[in-house]
Amino acid sequence: MALNLTIDKGEFFGFIGPNGAGKSTTIRLLLGLISPTSGNAQILGNDIQKEKQTILQHVGYLPSEAAFYPGMKVKEVLSLSAALRKKNCTKEAQKLCERLELDPSRKVDELSFGNRKKVSIVCALQSTPSLLILDEPTGGLDPLMQREFFEILKEQNQQGATIFLSSHVLSEIQRNCTRAAIIREGSIIACDSVDTLAKTNAKRITVHGHVNLEGLEGVRDRIHANGTIRFLYSGNWNRLLQTLSAGSISDLTISEPDLEEIFLHYYERAGDPV
Amino acid sequence: MTIIKHELRQGKVSFLIWTGAIGFLLAVCVFLFPEMKNEMERVNDLFSSMGSFTAAFGMDQVNFGTLIGYYAVECGNVLGLGGAFYAALVAVNTLSKEERERTAEFLFTHPVSRIRVLTEKGLAVLIQITAMNLIICVLSVGSMTVIGEEIPWKELSLLHLAYYLLQIELAGICFGISAFIKKGSAGIGLGIAALLYFLNLIANITETADFLKYITPFAYCEGADIVADGSLDGTRILIGMAVALLGVGGAYLQYNRKDLHG
Repeated sequence: MALNLTIDKGEFFGFIGPNGAGKSTTIRLLLGLISPTSGNAQILGNDIQKEKQTILQHVGYLPSEAAFYPGMKVKEVLSLSAALRKKNCTKEAQKLCERLELDPSRKVDELSFGNRKKVSIVCALQSTPSLLILDEPTGGLDPLMQREFFEILKEQNQQGATIFLSSHVLSEIQRNCTRAAIIREGSIIACDSVDTLAKTNAKRITVHGHVNLEGLEGVRDRIHANGTIRFLYSGNWNRLLQTLSAGSISDLTISEPDLEEIFLHYYERAGDPV
Repeated sequence: MTIIKHELRQGKVSFLIWTGAIGFLLAVCVFLFPEMKNEMERVNDLFSSMGSFTAAFGMDQVNFGTLIGYYAVECGNVLGLGGAFYAALVAVNTLSKEERERTAEFLFTHPVSRIRVLTEKGLAVLIQITAMNLIICVLSVGSMTVIGEEIPWKELSLLHLAYYLLQIELAGICFGISAFIKKGSAGIGLGIAALLYFLNLIANITETADFLKYITPFAYCEGADIVADGSLDGTRILIGMAVALLGVGGAYLQYNRKDLHG
């Protein structure tokens, strides 16, 4: 891995990449679970290797897969997490459990994947950390819970917390983050504001009718279905209009591509079709 | 203290089962003594005429007619093997379980240094072993009192001290191993305890394997020797404690630079 990445205080930052791109490895490095072979990183002005404990005092981490000690109740896990931070988080934990509809008296072994995720969320948030590192946080949560979760995150962000959201669900990055980086095989291939990332020369073209696109340059991701042709276009606009006017068209839509399409675009541009 | 308390809570069931089982078996052995005493001649003849088997368990050196002679062999094997298994299991699991059960990510993303985790986990192992030995001592003395025998305090204390040190040595070795592995820890722990136990039996049977007595901690727990000498073998114990320290030191060295997965 060779990453160069700077995240400003108070940002809601998205970290995008498919499985195996290096998102979790990056997080594990930042949290000191694994050591870098070279290079360095700082969190809140502290070196990740030399001042790990200081960093972790201010970081709330939500892992992609929550694993807890067997036989413990939710409230015991939350107390253990608070005790390891030497903090009393009872009030905040209670508030979060109520908002996420999590019963603290239940045993963690008996919880569903989604409810275990909620335990992780409360563990990460109950100490109101300055930095939240979230690895695929919404897996297992139903849409209503996802909405509540992002509400909580936005509140924490407004109160000054920096949020680092790693995900391959692009829509949640697009909806919630101000800036994002795209990672591919351990390298950052794009890093900018979500708005800028979503802006590209390419447009999403949807044509109802018959048109011959052969020979037209700048056409990607072409899909034919039920008399409709959808494709991304980044070529010469006059050539496109000439080609379309030669066909038989009943409807035409030109729109901005969504982040998912942009993501695929970055991956393809990097020479690795997804 | 948080991690110590957590470890003790996590190990509570295992502690109660092992302590209960060893304590119960010891008490049963002690309760059988009055009956054995009445048939002492036959028992002594029987136990001293089993060839290598007699030597292996040191039964040629003790008098079964005395409580401590009987206790050193019968109860010694229960406490020796049971205690060794328990100490090995607790120690070999203490670090490896974090990666195996994928809780390392939970623990080590809290502001706790690896040194603190190792120290508190090591202390938790020590507390569990010490508590088990104290409870077993009390049960042992209690059952001797119940059968109305005079308690051989000196020999009994030496025997229990030797078994305690054996468990500490095994725990030290297994603690070190625990830092290197994440799977198969129970098998390794039990395997090492059993291997060292059998090495002692071999050393007892043949003089050519006498050097094994400097390798296995069961050698300095030989009840027959302790009763006969009225003291512990300091050299072997020093070697054993040095090995235990090496194990603990190895754990600190390895775990501090280890990449944690899971």
